[in-house]
Amino acid sequence: MTRISRRGLLGSSVAAGVLAATGVPVFAQAKRGGHFKAGLSGANTSDSWDGRTHSDLFMIASAQGAVFDSLTMVAADGTLVGELAESWEASPDAKVWTFNLRKGVTFHNGKSFGADDVIESLQMHVAEGAKSAAKPIVSAIAEMKKLGEHQVQFTLQSGNADFPYLMSDYHILIYPAGMIEEAIAKGIGTGLYQVESFDPGVRMVAKRYPNHYKGDSAGFFDSIEYIAINDNTARMNALLTGQVHAINRIDFKTEALLKANPAVRIQEVTGNQHYTFAMLTDVPPFNDVNVRRALKYAIKRQEMVDKILLGHGMVGNDHPIGPANQYFAADLPQLEFDPDKSRYYLKQAGLDSLDIDLSASNAAFEGAVDAALLYQASAKECGININVIQEPADGYWSNVWLKKPFCAVYWSGRATEDWMFSTAYEEGAPWNDSQWDSKDSARFQELLKLARAELDSEKRRAMYREMQDILRTDGGVIIPMFANYVQGVSNQIATPEIIGNLWQMDNARMAERWWFA
Amino acid sequence: MGAILKIIAQRLVLGGVTLLVVSLVIFLAVNALPGDFAEAILGQGATPEAIEAIRRDLGLDRPLWERYLVWLARMLQGDLGVSFAQLNFQSNLGGTQLKTVAEQIAPRFANTIFLAGVTAAIAVPVSLMLGVLAALYRGSIFDRAANIFTLTSISSPEFFLAYILILFLAVLNPVFPSLSNIYEGMSFFDRLERTMLPALTLTLVVTAHMMRMTRAAIINLLASPYIEMARLKGLSPMRVIVVHALPNALAPIINVIALNLAYLITGVVVVEVVFVYPGIGQLFVDSVKIRDIPVVQACCLIFAGAYILLNLTADILSILSNPRLRHPK
Repeated sequence: MTRISRRGLLGSSVAAGVLAATGVPVFAQAKRGGHFKAGLSGANTSDSWDGRTHSDLFMIASAQGAVFDSLTMVAADGTLVGELAESWEASPDAKVWTFNLRKGVTFHNGKSFGADDVIESLQMHVAEGAKSAAKPIVSAIAEMKKLGEHQVQFTLQSGNADFPYLMSDYHILIYPAGMIEEAIAKGIGTGLYQVESFDPGVRMVAKRYPNHYKGDSAGFFDSIEYIAINDNTARMNALLTGQVHAINRIDFKTEALLKANPAVRIQEVTGNQHYTFAMLTDVPPFNDVNVRRALKYAIKRQEMVDKILLGHGMVGNDHPIGPANQYFAADLPQLEFDPDKSRYYLKQAGLDSLDIDLSASNAAFEGAVDAALLYQASAKECGININVIQEPADGYWSNVWLKKPFCAVYWSGRATEDWMFSTAYEEGAPWNDSQWDSKDSARFQELLKLARAELDSEKRRAMYREMQDILRTDGGVIIPMFANYVQGVSNQIATPEIIGNLWQMDNARMAERWWFA
Repeated sequence: MGAILKIIAQRLVLGGVTLLVVSLVIFLAVNALPGDFAEAILGQGATPEAIEAIRRDLGLDRPLWERYLVWLARMLQGDLGVSFAQLNFQSNLGGTQLKTVAEQIAPRFANTIFLAGVTAAIAVPVSLMLGVLAALYRGSIFDRAANIFTLTSISSPEFFLAYILILFLAVLNPVFPSLSNIYEGMSFFDRLERTMLPALTLTLVVTAHMMRMTRAAIINLLASPYIEMARLKGLSPMRVIVVHALPNALAPIINVIALNLAYLITGVVVVEVVFVYPGIGQLFVDSVKIRDIPVVQACCLIFAGAYILLNLTADILSILSNPRLRHPK
């Protein structure tokens, strides 16, 4: 089983030094050749090569993972490396960023890559009427300037030390300027693989692009085929019968069957995806911090990991930063089930017992209703009566989430702390599902802005640690568990020792990093 | 012959009315489901503004009757429209060319027809043969075994049959692939091989009905005087059944076969999902999931149309196969 996380590896700085010194030694034994087939979920008939609309694994693995490139890329070990950008530097206030672009790169139609492509591809996200998921990222850029054929300068509205990280977002793909529509229709990118055929919701076939700038260090397959298999059982069958070499999202309930098969192995990494119970901190009784604290001590986290995730996860500490984040504060004391503390905080709130409603549906996450019932059982021991309301799955995100005062939620997590916090914990953000703002913690909102513009890594670490601690102690979101990414791989396929934990399937880059054993 | 043409014309008009009613019912039913396209496609990202924007772009904010009439008017001109998913992309992108619903459905429908064709090519001869043999040896072990087997398979849910077949023919003895992802440019035999498991599953589902009808219709006739006569002439039992009884039993058999063929087109949803077969059933499921009404409507019209046409064909064929109906006094 591959369970090495970025943290585990980087824990020894020696290993990191070796990695940096020798380039990418994990690929040393990689062989080229073969036709790689993967059965992936998350495909739709409405899929296209438009990165602005990508939201699930099938298109992310096909587009960013194979056919297209972004400016930067998060390597399997969690460090940020250049993809179409070679290097970048920031002004001291992290407001002006200059990117030096890679030279000699061509798109699959022969057009050479340059600064115009970057600028035009980014502008797609803020075009009139465009509903891009990356709009908040790109609209934070005040000005894009072409300094040379291979140099671009971005001036941001306000300083953001994470800006190069944000450029690795899977929505922000680089298309050839002047022919973006054609590129979206045909799938013309600069990636390792060139589209041969694409049938939305059914299949994607691509072949290795010769003379790619990544050379021999990546993209080992001659050709790849991604087959859309949304049905869990069909995906398992496809792997077990050897019709595909890898599948994503193993159903935990049938995992034992896969383990029993000697021809396949299971890969598991803990990333940032987490399951939460969010309360609106502006609605009584959740506006009282003591009530929130009482609720934090009334949940059995390990039991949830064991029973809901069947062990495929880790306990959460009520802050949304996971092991795939840079500044994950692993040293914060873990919140545990503690009826005495819970009752103590309930008393502090002036209450003997508490009756609240908790809305849940399996649309929030698989097993959300069961998780809510477990919470109900453990909270009862603390004098808190949770009334679990099972909501219909249809329309859950529009009718329940952000509307009901206490409900189950799923988050896939974000690559950077700032991104996660500013999506769900910044004052006024539309997805702030706990209505977390300066009335709850002015310090948190202040730190959020300070850390964003801070380039000194150690200072940022301290700030993000404090923010995680604030959420852990006082926050309005209960985060009992982080769910692992669990995937099945045939033994015909070899993978590097470190598997990316930002997304499923080695950060959706299996076409780039895996090879035939 | 004139009478038959008149019947055909009558039935086609009635069929048209049926389609209209079906389209109205489906439209109302899909709209009665909780959530709409905007909410389904945005999922967790559904902010009120984004939902409003999509509804406005797709005209989902207009009253129900108006949307139905607009769709109907276009449909009557042969325009099935463009799916919401495609329209949503276009409003995102500007002017990329759109795939119409018809273009989206055509390849999927062709795949479904192929699956139905392969199934029919297996199921119809097999069930006729089983039926004839069961009638011939009625009451025997063979008759009972055939009955028990076919009734068991028709009584089991399709996905269960599918998994049983996968277990025996794909996992334990890898004869056929469990994944039926056929695509353009595949050779006919590759296609056939991949289609085999879904086709066998569907065969198991439809055989019982056809086989039992064949058996019943033939046994019914075996008591009639002319069969007695044939037997007294000293003909072999096989010849009596195939040459003398079967032609007269054809009408009900054809009826059942036609109904089952219609089922092969409309009832494939589960089987297509289990085997990942890119047919119309899978498209239908995907579209219902995101409340993509134009596609759902078009699929339903195809399903209803298949039923109407195959029923009509069944009636015409049973008239043609019956001299008494062919030459009315």
